[in-house]
Amino acid sequence: MQKIAIVAYNQSKCLANAGGSNEVELIMPQLRAVFGQVGLNNSQDVDFVCSGSCDYLQGAAFAFVSGVDALGAVPPIKESHVEMDAAWALYESMLKIRMGQAESALIYGFGKSSPGELPIVLSQQLDPYYLAPQWVDTVSLAAMQARLMLDSGAISERDMAEVVARSRNNAMGNSLAQLASTVTADELLAEESYVSPLRKSDCCPISDGASAMIICTVGKAEEWGVPYAIISGIDHRIETHNLAMRDLTDSVSTRQAAAAAGAGQGPIDVAELYAPFSHQEIILSRALGLGAETDINPSGGVLAGNLMMASGLSRIGEVFNRIISGDAQRGIGHATSGPCLQHNLVAVLESEQCSARGNT
Amino acid sequence: MVSNSAIQAAVVGIGQTKYQTKRGDVSIAGLVREAAINALQDADLTFEDIDAVVIGKAPDMFEGIVMPECYLTDALGCNGKPMFRVHTAGSVGGSTALVAASHVQSGTFKRVLTVTFEKQSESNAMWALSSPQPFAVHLNAGAGGYFAPIIREYIRRSGAPYDVGIKVAVKDRLHGARNPLAHLQLPDISMKEVEESMMLWDPIRFLESCPSSDGACAMVIVSEDLADASPKPPAWIRGCAMRSEPTMYAGREEVNPQAGRDCAADVYRQAGITNPRRDLDCAEVYVPFSWYEPMWLENLGFAEEGEGWKLTVAGATSLDEGGDIPWNCSGGVLSSNPIGASGMIRFAEAARQVRGDAGDHQVEGAKLALGHAYGGGAQFFAMWVVGAEKS
Repeated sequence: MQKIAIVAYNQSKCLANAGGSNEVELIMPQLRAVFGQVGLNNSQDVDFVCSGSCDYLQGAAFAFVSGVDALGAVPPIKESHVEMDAAWALYESMLKIRMGQAESALIYGFGKSSPGELPIVLSQQLDPYYLAPQWVDTVSLAAMQARLMLDSGAISERDMAEVVARSRNNAMGNSLAQLASTVTADELLAEESYVSPLRKSDCCPISDGASAMIICTVGKAEEWGVPYAIISGIDHRIETHNLAMRDLTDSVSTRQAAAAAGAGQGPIDVAELYAPFSHQEIILSRALGLGAETDINPSGGVLAGNLMMASGLSRIGEVFNRIISGDAQRGIGHATSGPCLQHNLVAVLESEQCSARGNT
Repeated sequence: MVSNSAIQAAVVGIGQTKYQTKRGDVSIAGLVREAAINALQDADLTFEDIDAVVIGKAPDMFEGIVMPECYLTDALGCNGKPMFRVHTAGSVGGSTALVAASHVQSGTFKRVLTVTFEKQSESNAMWALSSPQPFAVHLNAGAGGYFAPIIREYIRRSGAPYDVGIKVAVKDRLHGARNPLAHLQLPDISMKEVEESMMLWDPIRFLESCPSSDGACAMVIVSEDLADASPKPPAWIRGCAMRSEPTMYAGREEVNPQAGRDCAADVYRQAGITNPRRDLDCAEVYVPFSWYEPMWLENLGFAEEGEGWKLTVAGATSLDEGGDIPWNCSGGVLSSNPIGASGMIRFAEAARQVRGDAGDHQVEGAKLALGHAYGGGAQFFAMWVVGAEKS
């Protein structure tokens, strides 16, 4: 199968409140940046464009339509949209390249969560007849999941605090992060509980922003003469919506997706996991079988800033950045959707050298 | 150089629900499952045979469920598999079919189930479309209010007689009367009845508008080897295209949008079509308001600019009048409109025609058909051409 490369990636700052900036104004600088990285002018210079966003964040049907205004789509372009995290827009773009309808694609995701009450908005993601009418918010669902893990002895509150402390400290090196500090696990454990057993620090913040990426065939990347990372595998799986029928202390779909994406076919230097709650990072890293050799969420992850509908794409972009800088040879970018990690995507990225070795 | 090296794919199963104002007997999950099971039975497959599911629907706010694929995975037998959700405005039903096809054409999967739906009786589309936005002009009049001025401009430019839209409204309802799944069953409809119906958005009368429907449409799309072995005739996907342009820009041609013309040219090139009226046997085209038939006849190259209405008047698009290029034999969007599914119904009905499986609205000997969908401010287009033969 045709090898597909990431050649450009950029993310906005994670802002607690982007104020008067509209979605197009959040997107435009990211597009400008990725076009600049490759030396392109606008979306006319790629073969396909795909985006991810959620109408409910903006409170308007067809909210994504305004995103087209950021593209320079005159004359008209080949363009599509998923009502999912933009990591799935990346997935659709890869299908387009694999089938020969495109050699290159622009992908972007955006979300302005600050105007609404995100945990309550997302409660309307639940079964509309039996669950949504109870307005169980995402923080409460995650708290139940954390409680199950604590009660079963799978984790301790200190384990959770250590995840947060590592995120905050890693984010000190990430100028785009919303929450960064040199806090320690002990200091976090001293904080009061928020939705027990979660402390506020166990929950990702509400953030506004966007990210964008350009992918292409390896041939095109070489023609453009830019550094690139290979997406050697990508897969996603969903689980039952019925929370009572899932083992919430595990992530079966992450494991399935990782196996199908070939995650285990080499060492994993870095993993960026979309874990909106501290205990979920532990679930995910265990499902992926990650050990001490893997640097988990060196960007700080989404606990340091969570761009709804773009965070999954950003996880993959963060791994790309580390491969391009030479800090890593091979890594995993992960995205999630739905309550308590219901739906998970795993992308495996490799350096050019690493990918070439795998082929010989 | 972009090549069309895609693996061949075909539709081997089609399932629809009956379209009606309110399906009070089923939940949303029940509605999509009904269409999915109908499609699987048509293909002689079960949920276990399916590799991935692709869902599409119009805005989540219509039914008030955020990202409903999370909730619908159980009803669609998707647990443990990839689930994908498409949303591209009114064109979504068509776009979803294209994305589902790309799952197979890319060589990634062998058998994909794709489902689109709308349960308008559990929604309030007018409310969902009318929430005021801080950075945009507020549109309170719904889709008809948006398109009426564009239609008036078409009439002004083309000099079309005032009753062309009325004729389309009658023609598509007579087609719909041949299709037991169609929402509106109006076998006795007359030009007079349409003309006397209430004027909603001048020049669009009540009976020149699409209904508001509950319903779902599903298809099973498989790879070449599996399609060759399928029990019923496959509909081979001979071309796939999508185009988008912004809602507004200086000099935008709203009557005959560039995105539609480009999309048609792309899909015809892939399917080897040089003269759509001659080369195609029939078309299922997204006509939610009657006047969009003559407008799209021009946009899609079936007639020269300003001449589309003459085909309609001459009966060229009518099955009942023995037209040479019947449009919307199923009754079209004017007879059934579960919004998120309406585009896919066009794609599926085109496939039914080339499979020779369209019942009383079959175009005899149909070998090549166009499926078309559009959305937003007539700015998003999705099209495919399906054939009885492989390319």
